[in-house]
Amino acid sequence: MGSFFLPAATLWQRELVRFWRQKSRVMGVVASPLVFWLLIGYGSNDLARFYSGALVLTVMFSAIFSTISIIEDRREGFLLSMLVSPAPRTSMVLGKILGSATLAWIQGLIFLAFAPLAGVRISLLELIPVAAAIFLISFTLTGLGFVIAWRMDSTSGFHAIMNLLLVPMWMVSGSLFPMATAHGAIKAIMWVNPLTYSISLLNYELRLPNASPGPVESVTVTAAFGVVLLLISGVMAAQKATKSAA
Amino acid sequence: MIEVQKITHKYGDRIALSNVSFDVKKGEIFGLLGPNGGGKSTLFRILSTMMVPTDGHAIIAGQDVEQNPAAVRRHVGVVFQTQSLDKALTVQENLRAQGHLHGLSGVILHDRMERAMERLGLSDRRKDLVETLSGGLKRRVEIAKALLHQPQVLLMDEASTGLDPAARRDLSRHVENLRQSEGVTILLTTHILEEADRCDRLVLLHQGKIVAEGTPGELRSRIGGDVVVLETADTKTLAAKIEQRFGLHPSVMDGRVRVEIQNGHRFITEVVEAFPGAIESVGLHKPTLEDVFVRETGASIE
Repeated sequence: MGSFFLPAATLWQRELVRFWRQKSRVMGVVASPLVFWLLIGYGSNDLARFYSGALVLTVMFSAIFSTISIIEDRREGFLLSMLVSPAPRTSMVLGKILGSATLAWIQGLIFLAFAPLAGVRISLLELIPVAAAIFLISFTLTGLGFVIAWRMDSTSGFHAIMNLLLVPMWMVSGSLFPMATAHGAIKAIMWVNPLTYSISLLNYELRLPNASPGPVESVTVTAAFGVVLLLISGVMAAQKATKSAA
Repeated sequence: MIEVQKITHKYGDRIALSNVSFDVKKGEIFGLLGPNGGGKSTLFRILSTMMVPTDGHAIIAGQDVEQNPAAVRRHVGVVFQTQSLDKALTVQENLRAQGHLHGLSGVILHDRMERAMERLGLSDRRKDLVETLSGGLKRRVEIAKALLHQPQVLLMDEASTGLDPAARRDLSRHVENLRQSEGVTILLTTHILEEADRCDRLVLLHQGKIVAEGTPGELRSRIGGDVVVLETADTKTLAAKIEQRFGLHPSVMDGRVRVEIQNGHRFITEVVEAFPGAIESVGLHKPTLEDVFVRETGASIE
C-alpha cells in the first residue's frame, strides 16, 4: 500500500509546495477571469448571471497551467525520475491530478471571495457543499488537462487545443448564456458538454439563476466525467512507449 | 550485470540502433562513446526502461527491461542529462520525494539521504533551492538522488556535459568512489574523450552500430605508433602525393591530412622535406580515442 500512496502523496505535496513558492501564479490565474467577469457583468448589469462561468474559468485556467507543466516536466524535470522509478504509473497519475486539482480548488475558493459582488450570500455551513462542488469541478478539469497534455510534445500544441477546444467548450456551457435560450445545434452541444453540468451545479449551490439541468443530474454527470478522465489518464500513463517519450 | 542482446530500434523508418550487443560486468565503468545522434541516447532510454526496443533484449541485474520494467527500476539508478530535479524544491526535498517514489520513508530514508548527501559532498547545501546551485552541484544532487534506493547499476546520460573541467574531474572522482566502495556497476554515455578514457571498457557507437569495443588502451593500440596531422591549403593533393610517395593511406578530415605511422617524428622530417612549402603546420600525437573513432568511421566525434 505504501508504495502506491506514498508516491501519490509526495507528488501532491510537491504541487502545493511549488505553488506556495510561486505565489504570483495565484494572481495570474484569478485576475483574468475576474476582469472578464467584471467587464461583462457590469456591462450587462448582471454580475450574478456570469459569476459561475467566471469561477469555472478560474478553475479551468489553473487546471490548464498545472497540467501543461507535465509536457516540460517529463522532458526535463521531475517527471523523468518518476518514469524510471518503480512507483506505479497509476499512483503517479493520481498524485499529479489530485495535486493540480487542489491548486485549482484553492484558486476557485479565492474567486469565491468575490461572490458577494454577485449578490450571493452563503453561510459558513453552506460553504461546505459549495467547496465540495468546486473541488469536483477542479478534479474533472484537471483530468481533462492531463489527458490532453500527456501525449503532447510541445506546449504550443496545448495552447492550440486550449483555444480551439477548451475555451469554446467553456463558452457553450451556460457560462455566457443559459441552455434554455440557446439556439438549434448549440443547444444540443450544450446538452452533451460536461461543463454545462458544472456551471448548473454551481448555479444551484450558490442559488443563482439558470440552475438547469438539475442538481442530481449535474453532480452525476460532472463526477462521471471526472472518473472517466481519471481512468483514461491511468491507462495512457501505463502504456509502454516505443517512441521517444522524453 | 547488463546484457544487451541484438537490440535494434527504429523511429518510423529511421534506424537508430542496429543489432547492438554487449555485456557489462559487475563493478565495471562502461562507456558508450559516440557523436550526438549516434544512438547513445536511444540505448540509454531503452536501458532506463523509458522506451521499449523494436527488437532484441536488454537484461539488467537478471531482469528483462521490457518484460519486467518494475524489477529493473528497483535495481537501477538513472542520472539524466537534462535535470530531473525540481528546481523549486531544496536539495533535501528533492531527495525525500525521490525516496518516496521508491517506497522509502522514515528512519531508513533519513539515513540514506544523510549518507548520499555526505557521499557527494552536499550536506551543507541541503536546504538550498536547487535553482540556486551550480551545474556541477546539480549533477551531484542528481547522482545522490539516483543512489537512494541503493541500485546495483547506475546509468548516466552525458553526465559531464555542460560542466567545466574541474567539475568534470570532481564528478568522475565521485563516480570512481562509488564503484570502489559500493561495487556499483556504471554505464555512461558520453561524447567527451577524457571521460571515455576513464572507463574500464567502452563501445564506440556510430550511426546506430558498434564500430569498436574494448578497453581504452586496447582501442588506442589498434593504431600502430603515432598520428601525424598536417595542415595544408590543398588536402586532397597532399594526401594523394603522400600515398604515392610513401605508400601510406592518409585520411582527410576538417581540412587536415591525418597519417597513422610508426616513428612519426621521422616521417615528419621526410614529409616536410619531400613537399617544401606545401605544409602549413605539423602535429604529432599518441593515438586518442578520437583517432580510433576516425579510423573506424571516417567521421569525427564532436
